[in-house]
Amino acid sequence: MSNPARTYHHAHHFPTAHDESEAAKLGMWVFLATEILLFSGLFMAYASYRYTHPEMFKTVHQLLDWKLGAVNTMVLIFSSLTMALSVRSAQLSKQGQTVGYLAITLLCGAAFLVVKYFEYSHKFHLGTLPGSGPLGHWNPDYAALTVEHGADFVAKLKSVDSPYIFIGIYFLMTGLHGLHVIIGMLAITWVLVRSMRGDFSSKYFFPVECVGLYWHLVDLIWIYLFPLLYLVG
Amino acid sequence: MTQYTPSSSEPGQRPPSFWNSSHGIASWLFTLDHKRIGVMYLAFVWAAFMLGGVFALLVRTELLTAGKTIVDPDTYNQLFTLHGAVMVFLVIIPSIPASLGNIILPIQLGAKDVAFPRVNLASFYIYVIGALIALYSIFSGAVDTGWTFYTPYSTTSNSSVSTMVLAAFILGFSSIFTGLNFIATVHRLRAPGMTFFRMPLFVWALYATSVIQILATPVLGITLLLLIAERVLHVGIFDPALGGDPVLFQHFFWFYSHPAVYIMIVPGFGVISDLISTFSRKAIFGYRAIALSSIGIAIVGFLVWGHHMFTSGQSELAGMIFSGLTFLIAIPTAIKVLNWIATLYKGSIVLRTPMWYTLGFLWLFTIGGLTGMYLATMSLDLHLHDTYFVVAHFHYVMMGGTMFAFIGGLHYWWPKFTGKMYSEKLGNWACALAFIGFNLTFGSQFFLGVAGMPRRYYNYLPQFEPLHQVSTIGSYILGLGFFLTLVCLLRSLKSGADAGDNPWEATTLEWKTSSPPPLENFMGQPTVDRGPYDRATGGGH
Repeated sequence: MSNPARTYHHAHHFPTAHDESEAAKLGMWVFLATEILLFSGLFMAYASYRYTHPEMFKTVHQLLDWKLGAVNTMVLIFSSLTMALSVRSAQLSKQGQTVGYLAITLLCGAAFLVVKYFEYSHKFHLGTLPGSGPLGHWNPDYAALTVEHGADFVAKLKSVDSPYIFIGIYFLMTGLHGLHVIIGMLAITWVLVRSMRGDFSSKYFFPVECVGLYWHLVDLIWIYLFPLLYLVG
Repeated sequence: MTQYTPSSSEPGQRPPSFWNSSHGIASWLFTLDHKRIGVMYLAFVWAAFMLGGVFALLVRTELLTAGKTIVDPDTYNQLFTLHGAVMVFLVIIPSIPASLGNIILPIQLGAKDVAFPRVNLASFYIYVIGALIALYSIFSGAVDTGWTFYTPYSTTSNSSVSTMVLAAFILGFSSIFTGLNFIATVHRLRAPGMTFFRMPLFVWALYATSVIQILATPVLGITLLLLIAERVLHVGIFDPALGGDPVLFQHFFWFYSHPAVYIMIVPGFGVISDLISTFSRKAIFGYRAIALSSIGIAIVGFLVWGHHMFTSGQSELAGMIFSGLTFLIAIPTAIKVLNWIATLYKGSIVLRTPMWYTLGFLWLFTIGGLTGMYLATMSLDLHLHDTYFVVAHFHYVMMGGTMFAFIGGLHYWWPKFTGKMYSEKLGNWACALAFIGFNLTFGSQFFLGVAGMPRRYYNYLPQFEPLHQVSTIGSYILGLGFFLTLVCLLRSLKSGADAGDNPWEATTLEWKTSSPPPLENFMGQPTVDRGPYDRATGGGH
């Protein structure tokens, strides 16, 4: 805080720094509401098709590996903890700790994406893809699936209606969520760099707080996605 | 008494207005000033309004005679789709909030700017990018689905649906950012003494609109993303050929698009409330009722989307519930209209151009609102659904309502933010032409609709020809009226007299500062200790 150029007061159109930080947090909460509503359409599509095709959901969800999903759930919940700790240390003007916790949070985000990459590429490998797109279409490799899941499962998979709709919903929900993880990581990188520069202190830390709110929402959405997609049976 | 004393040490010397506070193109492109951003929005909204208007005139010209008049059926389908998409997404939604609201709302609150000026500028550029993509889609094969993008046709049409849908998706973000900004501004930047119930009704209306924008627009976003996913990846959610459900798309679409009509009309209510009080020289009647009815509309507006789907195979019970809830919307709306009329009663009415638009609005919006009740009646809707009756109803509300309020508000605040007074004579002529042209264009369409003329058709039976011709001639008069409005306003920039700070003897805070206002709106911080429309001197309510 020795460098006066780095000492932030508040934007000129706010009466006080408190007003600015409260406005920023209000704006962030409102933005989070829009994010939840963005996902709401997918949750509605999920609910609608699970209601009309319960058997199909029960069967096709077995294509997902619940163990990898569980690992990712742990990773994200842990990252929420480190995010919360980074906000706390920013509030206490502990610059070193803030940087450290933000770095761990960022690494957790990266770990999540790596696991997701393996899950996705396995599905491309097996041809269990939505409808038909430029990168492939629903064309399961039944021989490989028999080895992995058994003949009974494959027979069941062949018998259900529109199995690719579940896979489509899976890719859309996790894809949109993955995009949010990436955006969250970019935001964390931004506050990490600013934190290393020494921008934050007990007087000015709402950017870390707002990024934290966003990251918790990203985690929270995953906490709903995991049971809905991986644990249907 | 509203306290506002310029804090300048040399009385009589004024700071430069926001037009002159800095110079050069970059000072506009990178401006964070809400007034400049509002002015840029205004220019783009008018450009889009003229483009959408040309599409409308081409559609009406094609319908002048049965069979082919000027274009072939495919072009006709594209023209009415582009008219709808441009007018809804590029004109009406941003019209009042993003242009007039951006310029006026912070000043009415006694604030220096909106809460997040950078987000405000971002919202403008997102709007420009969305507009450019929409424009690109016009040249890359246009769109022929209608502005509602109904599946399954929209998933199979060869026109550039994905591009237009992407544009609408991007424009949604612009709308969300504006709403988010207004909510934070209203909560955090009110001047000392500006309690919620001392806010002008224009602010209340924009606040209610912002809430709808925040809660509804993301649902449109995901719907449009799913539509793109359906076209690109064939996920099957909306496509019956893959086991999907096209009616699900209608539910998603109207969950946004019905609240969206309140995004379009509620700001208009706000403009009318301010104007009717000023030009009746009287405090508004039923201030709290009008303020809270905006919130009522925002809430109930989310529960009525199913009335667009009475004929789409939704269950009869659902239809009945949606019908009943739709009738409920009439209550807060009627509260507003009746309070406006009560404000006129024993007022000292001053008939200036903004007031003519206000009276035009009352007439047109009341017709539009009441015919909405016909359509909310299930049995009647079976006959009227997808006929010209719906087209007429929609235009009476959106054009007769929102656009009349927008243009009325534009004349009202024009002297404030330009400092120039327009020609009253030309303004009144333009208003008269628009009013007459509007009623000819769309009044005739109620009769066409009841007689069974379906909307969006290229051709029609010979007995519909006379009414179609009345409608087309009306549309030319309407177009001329709006063109004259533009001439009237632009001419004033050059030759208009200086307006003075408060030409209308209005009471709200924006009239207490200079015209045009300086960069941070006021010299010093204004404080407020009475209601927005209180004309009594010496304080008190």
